[in-house]
Formats: sequence, C-alpha cells, structure tokens
Amino acid sequence: MCLGIPGKIIQIYDQEKTRMGKVDFNGVELEVCLEATPEAELGDYVIVHAGFAISTLSESEAQETLSILEELDRIQREEIQEE
Amino acid sequence: MEICGGQTHAIMQYGLHELLPAEIELIHGPGCPVCVTSLELVDKAVAIASMENVIFTSYGDMLRVPGSNQDLFFVKASGGDVRVVYSSLEALRIAERNPDKEVVFFGIGFETTAPANAISVIKAQERGIKNYSMLVSHVLVPPAIHAILGSPSNRVQGFLAAGHVCAIMGYEEYEPIAHKYQVPMAVTGFEPLDLALGIMETVKMLENDEVRVVNAYSRAVTRQGNLVAQKIIQKAFEICDRQWRGIGIIPSSGWKLKPEFLEFDAERRFDVRDIQTRESEICISGLILQGLKKPTDCPAFGKTCTPQNPLGATMVSSEGACSAYYRYARD
Repeated sequence: MCLGIPGKIIQIYDQEKTRMGKVDFNGVELEVCLEATPEAELGDYVIVHAGFAISTLSESEAQETLSILEELDRIQREEIQEE
Repeated sequence: MEICGGQTHAIMQYGLHELLPAEIELIHGPGCPVCVTSLELVDKAVAIASMENVIFTSYGDMLRVPGSNQDLFFVKASGGDVRVVYSSLEALRIAERNPDKEVVFFGIGFETTAPANAISVIKAQERGIKNYSMLVSHVLVPPAIHAILGSPSNRVQGFLAAGHVCAIMGYEEYEPIAHKYQVPMAVTGFEPLDLALGIMETVKMLENDEVRVVNAYSRAVTRQGNLVAQKIIQKAFEICDRQWRGIGIIPSSGWKLKPEFLEFDAERRFDVRDIQTRESEICISGLILQGLKKPTDCPAFGKTCTPQNPLGATMVSSEGACSAYYRYARD
C-alpha cells in the first residue's frame, strides 16, 4: 500500500472545489486528488498513493524510475522467452 | 530492518536478500497497515458491513483479512454490499450517489495514507454529506520504531525508513530516535536500486560508527516533508493510543478523528460495542511483525496457512512478510 508509481498529469480540473487531476501511469489513466501537491502542473510527474498525489518529481527523476521499471519488465520478458 | 511492507515485498521479489553478503541480515518490520489493524476493528468492520442499508467500502487488501469469525469477503459473498475502492474520495462519491444508504469507508494506513483518508472527511463536512462515515485505524511509524528498538530482545542495528511515509512527514522526527538508540537510518525508496542504496548508506554509517539519518530517496523526500499534506492530516486527525494486531497497545501510536469531525466516525455512528475477539492460536504474525521470527519459522507457513486460506493478516496483505515469502521464497 505504500507503493507509489510516478504518473504524468495529463489534465487538471476542479471537482467541487477540490483540485483533481487525470494521471497517466504508462497507459492507465486514474483520477487523482492533487490537493497536497499545489505546485504540480500539467506535464509534471507525481507519486500517487491511494488516489492521492503525495510528492512531485521532476521529469528526469521520474524517467529514472520509469526506465528502471521498463528495464526490469524487459528482463522479465526475456527470461520468460528463454524458458 | 526495513519497516515498510512494500519494501519487504520488493526485497523478496528481486532477491536482494540473496545478493547481500551473509554478514548483512534484513529483518522485516511492522510496516504493513493491513497486518496491524486490530482484530477488534476488523470484527467491527464485519459487523457494520453486515448491517442492512450499509455500503461498506475498503481498500482491496482488507477484504480477506481474517476476523474472529469471518472476513469482509465472506460478508460480500453472503450478499452484503462491500465494495473495493482505490481512494476515499471514491467512497465519498458512492455516498453522494446513494443518499438513502449509509456509506462507510475503512480508513486504515500509516502516515502515507492519512491525507488521502482525511480529505474525504474534510470534503464530506464541506459539502454537507451526511451519509458518509469512516472507520479509522491509522498507525504511526515513530512509536513503532521506539517499541522495537526499546525492546530487550532487539537485534536491529540499522533502519531503512519508509520512503513514502517520509515523503509526507519528512524525516526530522527520526533524528532524535536514531540518536536515542544509536541506530543509523536511511530514508529509502521502493525500487531495487533504491533499496540497495539505502542498505549501502546504512552499512557505510555502521562501518564509520556514524549515527545519522541519511536521505537515500531524495527525489521524493525532503527533510520537512510535504507541509500541505501535513496540514490536511492535522485538520482532521489527532493522536491516540492504538492497538497493533499481534503486538498490543502502543501509546500515542495512532490517529483518530478530531472532535469537530466525530460525526463522521463510524465507531460512533454504529452500535458495535459487544465485540468478542478471538485470534488464531497458531498464527505468529505478531512475532513476525516485530522482526523476532521469520515466516519460515512458523509451523503453519505454506501448509495450513496459505494466501488462499490465511490464518493471519501477514499472509493476506500484499505488504505482509508471510505473503512475500510465500510468493518469492518458497523452496
């Protein structure tokens, strides 16, 4: 439950006076509350936990995590192919 | 010790414990909010969810946590309206769309989840939503660390602090703890490289006889944490004593709703007083959560206790040590 994957904010909107965003996690889009990351803007990456953004990442920092995840994914797929 | 269950799972999944030299032993702490939610609260959740006219909402993991007699999944299978949600605001929306029902949200978690849970109660009050309430079971990391490091049977020499808890709360409050017990700490993330870095920083401090708190997850964590998130928490919650399942009551180790939000407290709204709890006699979750035993030390592990048929919460939760060992370390 502590896990948070960085996602990219693709839309910001107001829902009944609550700052919300549509966040893209590598293709999966989720509605996220942005009340605790007022500095986050369109295109920024946020770490999301339980539908709530807890921290903003710079694009390069987020890319670091995402490319590690992609590489792990690639390695796992290669291992499956070898079997 | 790593305190966060998410870190335990990542360590096991990527086999980090096998890559480390034998001199470094990783023990797993009680950072699994699902695992430490008290049996009494699980039983209250089951009781409320079984009531007529109630829509009971929860994070997915809580559904299969064993209560004294049943779990929430059983209530759902028996016809109760139990719904998995991924955020408390989703539960609030359900309340808005079902004005004739009582909607209850199982608000569990460490500090990481607290702002997410708090916001639903704050917004419910703002919008005048009367049919929403929260069953609160928040737990705090620092008192748990005190309890572990202060125990006579403690073996922990270094700590990996939970990265996302610290993203919210910062790590200032860990500095006096590190000094009190002379245990260096590294704020650590969740990816394998983050974990390796946290372990390396901790070992470096131990080898240099340094006692500090080092930030090994600086891309997400600052020393003061997220002040906006802390304000949201402070608006709705105040400190209380908490019962940690398998461990006991740790004083001032939890959060409960502040008096101005008590109308949204599910324990007040529903009459769930006569709960008789009964824990499994075989389950040693409590010892595992304190890092005193490993899942493989348990005679029931993998035999009478499996994810399909769990005796305790540590086998159910995606952050539980037993489920991590079951998935990644069974030979």
